[in-house]
Amino acid sequence: MIDPMVYLDGMERTDTDLMDRVLSASSSYRPEAFTGRDVSRALDSSSPDLEDLGALLSPAAEGLIEEMAQRAMEETRKHFGNSVSMFTPLYISNYCDNRCIYCGFNRDNDIHRARLDYEEIEREMDAIAATGLEEVLILTGESRRMSDPEYIGEACRIASKRFRVVGLEVYPMNSSDYAYLHRCGADFVTVFQETYDPETYGRMHLGGCKRIMPYRFNAQERAVRGGMRGVGFGALLGLGDFRRDAFATAMHAGEIQRRYPHAEIAFSCPRLRPIVNDSSVNPGDVHETQLLQVICAYRLYAPYAGITISSRERAGFRDNVIMIAATKISAGVDVGIGGHSSSEDKGDGQFEISDGRTVPEIFEAIKSAGLQPVMSDYIYT
Amino acid sequence: MTDDRLTIGKRSFGSRFILGSGKYSLDLIEAAVRNAGAEIITLALRRAQTGTENILDHIPPGVTILPNTSGARNADEAVRIARLSRECGCGDFVKVEIMRDSKYLLPDNQETVRATQMLSDEGFTVLPYMYPDLNVARDLVSAGAAAVMPLGAPIGTNKGLCTKEFIRILIDEIDLPIIVDAGIGRPSQACEAMEMGCAAVMANTAVATAGDIPLMAEAFRDAISAGRKAYLSGLGMVSDRARASSPLTGFLRD
Repeated sequence: MIDPMVYLDGMERTDTDLMDRVLSASSSYRPEAFTGRDVSRALDSSSPDLEDLGALLSPAAEGLIEEMAQRAMEETRKHFGNSVSMFTPLYISNYCDNRCIYCGFNRDNDIHRARLDYEEIEREMDAIAATGLEEVLILTGESRRMSDPEYIGEACRIASKRFRVVGLEVYPMNSSDYAYLHRCGADFVTVFQETYDPETYGRMHLGGCKRIMPYRFNAQERAVRGGMRGVGFGALLGLGDFRRDAFATAMHAGEIQRRYPHAEIAFSCPRLRPIVNDSSVNPGDVHETQLLQVICAYRLYAPYAGITISSRERAGFRDNVIMIAATKISAGVDVGIGGHSSSEDKGDGQFEISDGRTVPEIFEAIKSAGLQPVMSDYIYT
Repeated sequence: MTDDRLTIGKRSFGSRFILGSGKYSLDLIEAAVRNAGAEIITLALRRAQTGTENILDHIPPGVTILPNTSGARNADEAVRIARLSRECGCGDFVKVEIMRDSKYLLPDNQETVRATQMLSDEGFTVLPYMYPDLNVARDLVSAGAAAVMPLGAPIGTNKGLCTKEFIRILIDEIDLPIIVDAGIGRPSQACEAMEMGCAAVMANTAVATAGDIPLMAEAFRDAISAGRKAYLSGLGMVSDRARASSPLTGFLRD
């Protein structure tokens, strides 16, 4: 099997020790070593450092979750006021070359595969634009063969005629590809690292380009170098030790911000759902309390960063999290292929959603929380 | 007091409170403007061009809109946003905001000077948001600024007049209106800025994040007005020492 730490031919190398530093810091992070006093000190800090981040993500902080939420809300309001951005994801292809054992798009999985043609993309985007949304996130499965940069670029061109903000969640690319997609109208790139533990990473990602860990790790840096306005980070919480992965995610994002101070930074917080709702079963289980803890820790460590809350979470959780720390929420979500403009999906989805509310329903939920829905926070000039 | 007006470019205003409009629920903007007595409200153009719930529909008539260039990372982007704002009917006023730091959102003074020059050449009334530096302020004057807007503290922090001594130098040396922008968290801090001789105060977060937004807008209005009156009337001297009732030099009058 291919060594996950060795670049393949054609993969752009990034000349930096950032991955080594992040992996080394997260592997020496000992969540159990922190006490309530450490957590209180972190909560009092006006600019939390890595030590504070460690405390905020530790089991000791769970008992102080209310205090964390209060502090997180304070920071969110200071930086973002009452604004909550709305968007929807659009899956244009679910072909995938990777073999990730936890993912529905795994190339070995027998699901309905589909790829929208340009006319279908136009129809889907027209249907989304008609709901009033002005930001769209374009997603593909990770197959360069079935969804090459030219195909994604055309989707970006179609999108930028209908939307003011176009984001991408596609396979990692070289900076020249990102520069091309930026010229086509995309300006935000999110890449999920899934886990920052090399051993778990290798065990979960058995084949395809995704198996190469450093290429994925350095994707955000290549995207910024390619001219993207901002980049998003996320670990799939629960795949490995979620505290350690959240620690690494926050550090990774913080380091990219230091290196590229103009870049906008955002977090996504997907989790693997615990199968049995019993915290004694698996230390990797991420229940809502732990998920909220991670979100609050991200907010306190990086108060300037956007945080997106996924439709994988239930409506009640999402409505509360936008009060506390999240700044962006998806609405009218369909994770299959082609379901926005037709009653039936052409291709199967990657996962199941828990919050299927429409755009007007989410809009009203934001307003009834005393917050302001924002459709676009950027202008292309 | 009735003829004490704030002049910016060719316009003059009775109120010295510039209200920000970001970070609010739009429904509350009208009440906030009314209670603030504000005649100028800032507007992020990136938020103004939306099909759903346009912020412009919530701004009462007669209030001057001060579009800002937030989102711009360099002078060229700021100029393009300003042109777009003029085309959208937002007038010739523009607040230049250029940031290339996503963490602290501190203004880029060099690019701000460059944008101010280009925009004033195009006939805009330019109010540049800047980090208080006397040399930059002088450059902004030469570049054609209509006012100078130094920050009191990093935006959104509500920390007050952290840059007080540097703003004082601008007030002493620059002949344009000095308008404190960013960082003002309490009415008392706004009052302090006005007592020092600032021409106006801009606040956004402090009002937008208050429990009762219209009431906080009113509190700022009163504080700014009180500070202005104190400035115009000449503040009493403050001394660290008590004044001796039998001064050492009393014998000279013997």
